[in-house]
Formats: sequence, C-alpha cells, structure tokens
Amino acid sequence: MPLIFNEEQRLLKDTAKEFLNSNAPVEALRKLRDEKDATGYSTELWRQMVELGWASIILPEAYDGLDFGFMGLGAVIEESGHTLSASPLFSTVVLGASTLILGGNEQQKQDNLPAIAAGELAFALALEEGSHHDPAAVKLSAEQNNEGYILNGKKTFVLDGHSADKLIVVARSSGEAGCTDGLSLMLVDANATGITRTRTIMADSRNAANISFDNVQLSADDVIGEIGQGFSILDPVLDRARIAMAAEMLGGAQECFDRTIEYLKEREQFGVKIGSFQALKHRAAIMYTELQLSKSVILDALSAIDEQRADTNQLASLAKARLNDVYQLVTNEAVQMHGGIGVTDELEIGFFLKRARVSMQAFGDSGFHRDRYATLCGY
Amino acid sequence: MEALQQFRATTREWLEANCPQSQRQPATREEQVWAGRNKTFPSDDAKIWLEKMSAKGWTCPDWPAAYGGGGLGDEETKILLEEMKSLGCRKPLLDIGIWMLGPALLEYGTEEQKLEHIPKIIRGDIRWCQGYSEPGAGSDLASLQTRAEDKGDHFLINGTKIWTTNADKADFVFCLVRTNTDAIKQKGISFLLIDMETEGVSTSLIELISGESEFCQTFFDNVKVPKNNLVGELNAGWSVAKSLLKHERKLMSEMGELPGPGFSPAQAAQKYVGLNNDGKLKNAALREQLTQHEMDYRCLGLTHFRTFEERINGVADSNVPLIMKYVGTEEQKKKDGLLVALLGSQGIGWEQGESFTADEILSTRSWLFSKALSIAGGTSEVQLNIIAKRVLGLPDA
Ligand SMILES: Cc1cc2nc3c(=O)[nH]c(=O)nc-3n(C[C@H](O)[C@H](O)[C@H](O)COP(=O)(O)OP(=O)(O)OC[C@H]3O[C@@H](n4cnc5c(N)ncnc54)[C@H](O)[C@@H]3O)c2cc1C
Repeated sequence: MPLIFNEEQRLLKDTAKEFLNSNAPVEALRKLRDEKDATGYSTELWRQMVELGWASIILPEAYDGLDFGFMGLGAVIEESGHTLSASPLFSTVVLGASTLILGGNEQQKQDNLPAIAAGELAFALALEEGSHHDPAAVKLSAEQNNEGYILNGKKTFVLDGHSADKLIVVARSSGEAGCTDGLSLMLVDANATGITRTRTIMADSRNAANISFDNVQLSADDVIGEIGQGFSILDPVLDRARIAMAAEMLGGAQECFDRTIEYLKEREQFGVKIGSFQALKHRAAIMYTELQLSKSVILDALSAIDEQRADTNQLASLAKARLNDVYQLVTNEAVQMHGGIGVTDELEIGFFLKRARVSMQAFGDSGFHRDRYATLCGY
Repeated sequence: MEALQQFRATTREWLEANCPQSQRQPATREEQVWAGRNKTFPSDDAKIWLEKMSAKGWTCPDWPAAYGGGGLGDEETKILLEEMKSLGCRKPLLDIGIWMLGPALLEYGTEEQKLEHIPKIIRGDIRWCQGYSEPGAGSDLASLQTRAEDKGDHFLINGTKIWTTNADKADFVFCLVRTNTDAIKQKGISFLLIDMETEGVSTSLIELISGESEFCQTFFDNVKVPKNNLVGELNAGWSVAKSLLKHERKLMSEMGELPGPGFSPAQAAQKYVGLNNDGKLKNAALREQLTQHEMDYRCLGLTHFRTFEERINGVADSNVPLIMKYVGTEEQKKKDGLLVALLGSQGIGWEQGESFTADEILSTRSWLFSKALSIAGGTSEVQLNIIAKRVLGLPDA
C-alpha cells in the first residue's frame, strides 16, 4: 500500500500540473462552452497529451504502453481535476483501454491498444439506460443470429459518446434486467449502420451522448470476453473508473478549497478579513480534514488497482462515495463563502460546482456506493 | 531493507519465546498494568511480561538506550508494534509518563532529571498524572493561577488543579504553575514536577456521567517543591507544555485502542439487529449509519498509515498530524454512539445482572466516556481553531 507517490510519479504529476495550467485552464473549458465547440474538447490539446505519453500510461509495454500503472494515471487525472480540462483521456484510457486490457483477446488488443497509445482511436463506454447508475439493469439486447449478434436498445449518459470512434456497449444476451449474469460487452464501430448518436449538453460543459441502436449487426468476433460473462470484466473496469473519477474529484475539490481559502484571506467586511470569523474558520478547517482523509483513500485505491488487491472493489466504493460527499461539501461551501460573486458565471467556482454534480452522478452516487460497500462487507 | 527483515525475524522469535500466552489477548480494564510505586499485578504472567519487556527497554522502544529505552528507530519501532499486534501481545505497561512526560523530559530535561526519571518511567516504577487545568483555566489554559513562589532553596505552591485524571493513584504530578504575575500570561508559567506524597497535596474524586471516578480536584496548600524539579527555564514552562501537548493529542487520536466491548459495530449489528434474507441489515437507517462510520473509520486508519509513510520517506506534511486529534476523537464518539444504537435496549443498561452482559454494560459506559474525548487535551473547537490558524493561515479575530 504505497500511500505516497514515488519520485517518478511525483515528477509526472508536476509535469501534468504545469502543462495543464498553461494549456488547459478552466478558462479553456469556458471557451469551449461559449463557442459551442462541436467536439467538446480541443483535438490539439489531446494530441499534446498523447505526445506526453498520457494515453499510454497504463498500457502494457507489449502494446506500446509505458506500464506505469494507475498510480501514474491517477496523478495526472487528479491534476486535470484542478483545471477541469476536457479531454478523451478518461473515456478512452480509463474505460476503453482498461476493458481491452482486462477482457480483450489478443487480436482485439493488437488492433486497438497501440492505436489508443498513438491517439488515433477514441473510445466510449455505453452502459447506462436509466437516470441512475445501475449496471445490472441493462436491457439493450444482443440477439444471436447467423452472422453474429444484433443490437437493439438505447443508452444514455455515454461520456464522450458523440465524439468516440469506437463504443464498448454493455448488452444483455440472456437473463432478466437486474441480473449481472447474461451481460455481454460488445466492441462496436461508433459509425456502424443503425447507430444514432445525439450529443447531450450537460451542466458541466463536458461531453455526453444518448445513443440508440437499431438492428446493429455485429460479428461474433466483436464480443469482448465470453458471451454472457461480461460483468466479470465490466465490474473491475467500473472500479477503475470510480477510482479514477474520484481522483479527478479530489483535484477539483482541492482546487476549489484553495481558491476559497485565498478569498477568506483577501475579502474584508466589518473592517476585518472574513477569514477571521470563527463561523467560517471552523467550516474551512473541517473541509481541510475531509480533504486529507480523501487523499489517503485515493492513494490506497490507486495502488490497490496496481497491486491487483482483492479489496479493490471496496476501495472503489469507499473512494467514490467519499469524494462524492467531499466534492459536494467543498463546492457548496465555496459558493456560500464567496457571497454574491459565488453565484455569478464570471467566477470560476461555478464550473467546479457543476462538474462536482456531474461527476457525483457518474459511476454511482453515494447511496449506490454505501449500499455496495455494506454488501461487500456482509451487512 | 535486509537488516529490517532480520530485525523482524528476531523480534518475532523473541516475542514468541518471552510473551506469556495469557498476555496475547486484549487486556480488560481489570487486567491492565499501570505504573506505580506500589503497583499490583493482576497475574504473575503480567509481572513477567513487564519485566521482560522493560529489561529490553521495549516499554518505550524508541527512547534512547542510554536511559534504558529500546533505542529503536522509527521503522524498527513500527515493526515491533506490528509483530506485537500480529501475535496479539498486549501493552505490558500503561502510564502517561510514557505517553506524555517522557518525550518532553527527553527534550527539555537536565541530564540529572533524565537519569532520575526516565528509567523509572520505562520500568513502571512511578505513576504520573497531569496538572494543567484549573477551575478557571480550561481551553484558556494560559490564564492559570496556581502560584509557585521562589523561597530561595524551594518553590512554595498554592492553588488548585481540576480534572486531574487518576491523581488519587499517581505518585507524581507534572504541573504548570505561575511564577511571574507581571508578565503576559504565557510568559509567567513554569513546568514543575511534584511528588504527590509531599505535605500539603490532597485530592478529591469527581464522579463522571459514565459512573467512573477517574478525575480529581487536586489541592496544593503551602507545598514545598525542590528547585531542581523545575523542567526547562523559569517562566518558559509554556514551551514545554506545548511540546508535551503534541504527544497527548497523538495519543488521543488513537483512543480506539482502549479496552471496549468485545464486539465491533459490524458484529454488533449482525447480532442485535440481524440481517434480512437478502443479507442486508434489517434496519435501513442503522445500516446507513454503520456503513458511513465503517467507511470513515477506514479512511482514518489509512491516514494514520499515510502520515507514517510520509515521515519515513522524508516527505512528511507536518500539518496532517494536527487534524488527527479532532477527527480521531470525533469518529470514536460516533462509533460509541452507534454501538449503543445498534444494541437497542441492550445498550442502555446501567447495572450488570441477569439482563445485561458485561460487554453490553461496557458499551453504555464507553459511549458516555467517549463524550470526554473531544473535550480532554484541547476541545474539538480549539482543535479547529488551531487548524484554521496554523495550517490554513487564517487571520485572528
Ligand atoms: C477525560 C478528560 C481527562 C482530562 N484529564 C486532564 C488531566 O489529566 N489533567 C488536566 O490538567 N486536565 C485534564 N482535563 C481537562 C481538559 O484539558 C479540559 O477539560 C479542556 O481543556 C477544556 O477546558 P474546560 O473543561 O474548562 O472547558 P471550556 O474551556 O470552558 O470550554 C467550554 C466550551 O467552550 C468552547 N470554547 C472554549 N474556548 C473556545 C474558543 N476559543 N473558540 C471556540 N470555542 C471555545 C469549548 O470548545 C467547549 O465547547 C481532562 C478532561 C477530560 C474530559
């Protein structure tokens, strides 16, 4: 359990911080939003990230990867939380590459992983169908026919779904909605016949899509892992997603907190700095303690993935539930402590508030994860 | 690395050979061994265990060997504690001399004072208590009034201390006393060691909501104290006290190790609330509270580990330990409150008899006692003030 970053990881983190501050600050997200950018992220920025090696951090060396692990990727993603930088890193690497690494056959890995490392392929995971995270509830059907499988159904809240080149679709090949048995993972060309993608504009100005599948024909080779056994791959992939998302949330919460503390030291009312009011001091101190506890969890959760620990699932739920709560606390307090200016679009705090809300919803809210944690612990 | 592995192996071997079987399970309150001039041992094994451990200096493993300590480094100390934990070895000796006074004496004491007191703390020959708080000086400790007048060859003490834990059983008290009434309040305080057997020292017990009487009010009526019992410079006692308080807060943040009932909240939940057919706790609200607590508790444990890892890797963030007293005690209070709720009507008994087991009664008492954790050693509010000021740099009012 390395609860600290090593020298290399620290270096990577510092580089990421510097790069993101100069190339993708919150201001850049505002610009994408105001210009109604069609892609929703800067392709030039993504090219630079790929050049820095970020797309290959977790890939094995055999597929042009750096084999640097989730501690490394987590360090970068945490920094991207400070700047709210929009990029396909999360959906392509954390979701796409992880699925292939954990479940793909040799051919699928050869075809896709080096292309991900080179920044030539963007992925998205098409999972959710309702308004709350619920992997077992999938209904979108994969029916067997002579040529392979045919997909019918709808997906929602597909992160980066409108701009991805390939989709990993969670489909039901057997069983009832609510069962984890009978789920299958399908590797699908995002422009295949029968697919309609509608970009959804979200509160956080990032990218998601609703996608409908109307008789989309796949071959048997498009199945990732065993048919009907997709959940055994999906669940650990989702745990990686929850942990990585929580790492981003830690970065965002920390940034929002730091900005708020600065403001408490600067703004004067009643002839004194507002940071001298005990009503604000104590709440600031409580936020600090929550952030410190969060940091420990994120580090342990990231290393749990790299060490392939059996309790990674518990750590994922622990990390995601905690960061949901802490990011919410910190963004709410940040708005309140800024007073009137806190609710203006001009102040960047609002971007953090919105990102917090969206990331809380992704891959399980606190209720989902506390329930899961309790179940995993036997109560 | 290899040397450490070697140390782990020999330590384990030694513990296996020297820790009596009966000392390899958590001690109940009655089985604890507290230091003292007239200490009694609950069993022969407890006596043997203390003798073996103190001979190696392992009652205070990281203190200098020159004064009888173990002389171990951070990593070795951690290994010793880990090996003791994995064999279930209990602590051979309890005393606030170990937790609080010793480290401060090592930092501020004269050579003579160290040679006099440190070996006795390691062997458990003297029981210490802490005389800081007064009826009029709690959070605002620096306003304390107990006077120490310079009488040439001795100090003459007059005044009263309150909340002195175990003063009735202690042999010595380390005290903060006023030696200068003209200076600003922090600058007129000195740190004195006072033998409780000295004429003019008396104590009276105070009963707590938990039914225990661990607290005393301690009175000093023309008490003569030798000059060489002054620790640190005259009127510089506040620095000694502050350094010592760090150790107290660290200790308080680890209070979870105190002997409590023989079940965890999760075990109590399964036993007293029960599970539905789907394996979930029957009471949804309690399940939510239990889960929240278990998750927060785990985060706290990880943060303890992280501060340790940071320290031995030379990347310590000196601010993090400042939060531990606050979060540790607040979480412990939640845990004890939750346990009582999980036990339902079995968690609110007062007297043991047919209706309540010893563990159930202990749950009730622990819940009540836990209320003191966020008051003693600096209240939670005072801790938050410290974090806001020292860590976040927020301005004073
Ligand atoms: C279990 C236990 C063991 C103890 N053992 C010892 C011992 O061995 N020796 C010893 O000397 N003392 C001991 N104490 C005393 C302890 O240190 C004091 O109780 C503590 O410092 C608080 O002081 P007080 O009780 O006078 O409360 P007060 O200081 O009067 O506090 C009352 C309330 O006011 C709040 N408050 C006070 N100042 C501020 C502020 N600046 N900002 C915000 N809120 C504030 C407090 O947080 C608290 O909620 C012990 C106490 C307990 C509970």
